[in-house]
Amino acid sequence: MTDKLIDEIRDKMAKNEVTSDMLFDEAVSLGNKYQSDYNSFVTILEKKEEEEGNSKLSGIPYVLKDNISTKGILTTASSNILKDYIPLYDATVYEKLKKAGAVLVGKTVLDELAMGGTGTTGHTGIVRNPWDKNRMAGGSSSGSVSSVALGIVPFAIGSDTGDSIRKPASYCGVVGYKPTYGRVSRYGLFAFTSSLDHVGVIARSVRDVSYVMDVIKGHDEKDMTSLPDEDIKYEDYLENSVKGKKLFYINEALNIKTDNDNLKEIIKNFENTIDKCRELGMEVEKVDFGMDLLEAIYPVYNVISCAEATSNNSNLTGIPFGSRVEGKNVNDIMMKTRTEGFSELIKRRFVIGSYVLQKENQEKLFLNASRARRLIVDRMNELFKKYDGLIMPATEDIAPLFDKASDKLSDEYLILGNHLVLANFGGFPSITIPSGFVKDMPVGVNITGRAKEDYLVLNIANKLEGTLGYKGQVKNNE
Amino acid sequence: MSKYIPVIGLEVHCELKSNSKNFSSASNGEGEVNTNLSVVDIGYPGILPVVNKEAVRKSLMVALALNCEIPEKLSFDRKNYYYPDLPKGYQITQFGNPIGINGYVMIDVDGVEKKISIHDTHLEEDTANMEHLSNYSLIDYNRAGRPLLETVTEPCINSSKEAILYLEALRNIFLYLDVSDARADMGQIRVDVNVSLKRPEDKELGTRVEMKNINSFTTVKEAIEAEIKRQTEILESDGVIEQETRRYDEVNKCTKFLRGKVDAIDYKYYREPNLPEIKLTDNFVDSIKKNMPILEYERKKRYINEYGISNIDAGTLTKDKKLSDYFEDIIINDVNPKETANVIVGFLLGYLNKNNMHIENVEILPKDFGEIIKMMTDGKISNKQVKDIFTKSLNEKKNPLVIAKEMGSQISDKEEIRKIVIEVFKDNPKVVEDYKNGKNVTGFIMGLLMKKTSGKINPGVTNMVLREELEKL
Repeated sequence: MTDKLIDEIRDKMAKNEVTSDMLFDEAVSLGNKYQSDYNSFVTILEKKEEEEGNSKLSGIPYVLKDNISTKGILTTASSNILKDYIPLYDATVYEKLKKAGAVLVGKTVLDELAMGGTGTTGHTGIVRNPWDKNRMAGGSSSGSVSSVALGIVPFAIGSDTGDSIRKPASYCGVVGYKPTYGRVSRYGLFAFTSSLDHVGVIARSVRDVSYVMDVIKGHDEKDMTSLPDEDIKYEDYLENSVKGKKLFYINEALNIKTDNDNLKEIIKNFENTIDKCRELGMEVEKVDFGMDLLEAIYPVYNVISCAEATSNNSNLTGIPFGSRVEGKNVNDIMMKTRTEGFSELIKRRFVIGSYVLQKENQEKLFLNASRARRLIVDRMNELFKKYDGLIMPATEDIAPLFDKASDKLSDEYLILGNHLVLANFGGFPSITIPSGFVKDMPVGVNITGRAKEDYLVLNIANKLEGTLGYKGQVKNNE
Repeated sequence: MSKYIPVIGLEVHCELKSNSKNFSSASNGEGEVNTNLSVVDIGYPGILPVVNKEAVRKSLMVALALNCEIPEKLSFDRKNYYYPDLPKGYQITQFGNPIGINGYVMIDVDGVEKKISIHDTHLEEDTANMEHLSNYSLIDYNRAGRPLLETVTEPCINSSKEAILYLEALRNIFLYLDVSDARADMGQIRVDVNVSLKRPEDKELGTRVEMKNINSFTTVKEAIEAEIKRQTEILESDGVIEQETRRYDEVNKCTKFLRGKVDAIDYKYYREPNLPEIKLTDNFVDSIKKNMPILEYERKKRYINEYGISNIDAGTLTKDKKLSDYFEDIIINDVNPKETANVIVGFLLGYLNKNNMHIENVEILPKDFGEIIKMMTDGKISNKQVKDIFTKSLNEKKNPLVIAKEMGSQISDKEEIRKIVIEVFKDNPKVVEDYKNGKNVTGFIMGLLMKKTSGKINPGVTNMVLREELEKL
């Protein structure tokens, strides 16, 4: 039952054919069953929490990424430095879901501290793609995405700083949504890059995403960057006509010379998706975005994210909390705790982050990156004056094999592999939905809209989902 | 010494009073070790700061009192460094856009006004308290996250005396605005001092040496003097002053090397991304301006100009805000300000001084204090009686009005005295007889009158009335 859509589950519950206890037990047993093969979880709960509220999500099981604070429940951020950390407080998103009656099943594996896009760097091992165990699930919301794709739970909460929900969602054939910055409170989300971090939703339909969004969105007095409340429900907008809506795609990104057959197939799939958009009455145009701006995305992201990450993770010293390594004095304790607690990849980011923030480099690197970010966002906003959304293939390739070394300086990676970050730079709402298969692996399409117009992005995605035919898709590995 | 001019700059950290901490809802108060703290203060993963509006309001009051320019928008920055007293690994402060810049304070140096320029005043969060013991350290996070206002002068102070006068003036601003209890002994005021020397003909400032975290004004004075002495000796022997941080050794009365310039920390300041810019609306700033309490300088002026109190007495009254408040609470009930000032400065302060007391220890209600002064101005009691009443009241912690009643008041009403005189005549027919027989009985009758009224009768008036009544006989 947990592999069904929320409306179907609710229907069965209404008929008393299934109870929330049964759903919880089913999710737990599926979680345990798939754990050794796919490694979605850091923690699978043994006991169902007390049920609270009454909403569309009442009794519905779900999972949280393990960088979201849950009082009394181990929360590791998939890092050794927090391997025994049990928080003293609840994240706002968790609190809201609890109040709505949703049932937490477990905490999912991520790339260490949400830094990474492979699902291979968590302290409890690699996460495998439900469609092919030899391939990555992507990251960093790896376990959240894989547990939805495997049908363990109908929805999951993840976080998205560069593409950490939307890229793995594409690799695993599910819907991944990153709302407008500030739409969902970040209170309790372990900070990676505060100005780019978002809490978002993974599900198997746009409608299910909307149900979850309607519960978790809203102003939070604990998060000063959270937006004021809207007096609307996104589910009410899902079926609106999208006729006359205008979308654009980035010409340069699709005009790449490539030997990669997968990419050729992905572009073909994208063209097919555009046709579906037009069938729905939308206009789709190609736009020259500007190569200089596109090429800046990856380095700008690197500089800003590493800089903020260095500072945000400076609390992990083993002094007030966390796994402490003893030393000669307080400085020695902090030094040893951090040296042993972080993996090499994380330390590399911290070194870069420290470097770009140093007095003598800050102007040239960090502040220039911030300016470039502004220019890129300005360009997006300029295009959003004419267009309602950006539509792009979600990724430049299918989920990579574990042994494949990616060429991070190739054109296809630099441009088509990084455009999802545009939505983080500007805080734009952005969604990936499944759009087909290449080599038996799922691929997705991404739609990004104007800031604060979450309802419209969900509306367009829902209509498109209806014509693409992958709604409710599960990789059932029974 | 006179060959060099000391150039001193001060950074004063002041803990602001507020219900909660600067960026969390934990209580900003005294309490058992590690009880006033929230997950935000200890930097647990996922926490976010929320700006304390009260702390912003109080900081703006100080910025306005320091005649600072106020920015259009409020913003905060991160100061990054590792130390266990800083749980997040960064301190939220204001680096690029302080809440007040380019201000000044006037101080009175031996009767000459001097302007002390304020570089800026900025709002930040305090760190935790650490105690280092032989082989372990203790941390109290109660202080972590408390609102802290740091006020930085330009290097424009030229002596330890000026430094202390400035510190006193600044502390009084905090006290008059009621934004802090400003007690250095409680760590509510902590001072960083930097000192350099230059020759009168030098255009550039000398190399500065910093001394951090001094928590008494006396120590500030000593540290400045010790550092001036040390630097002078180096320069006199053709040495070079190194840019460094030193600490003042109170026992040996000298400064000691702490760290040099090469060890200076790069704090990697950058804008705090979790706190969006907040517009400081004209409405908000105006409402603060409108409700600004009157400051020391203005009060002193009013005492002189409106009440006719002497410059010295007005200065004495306003230098201590609590004393000045007490004075104002007395005169609010229509009590003569000048007479009140005379009693406070001429008597009360002497009493307090002698008995090692402070105005806070005085239990006489201002209303009662005023009643006694009124009795004096109405001629009901003498100046000496006022002092007697207050002395007894303070000594015995007794209400002065009760004491006044017990002691009774002087009887100086003519008709009342006449009644008593007639009564005494009636009670002593023999004396009247003696008078009629030509005997001088004035002195004897005066004695009888004094005895009957326990000496409260006004001798001058009585003498007059007695003569009148005797003539009538």
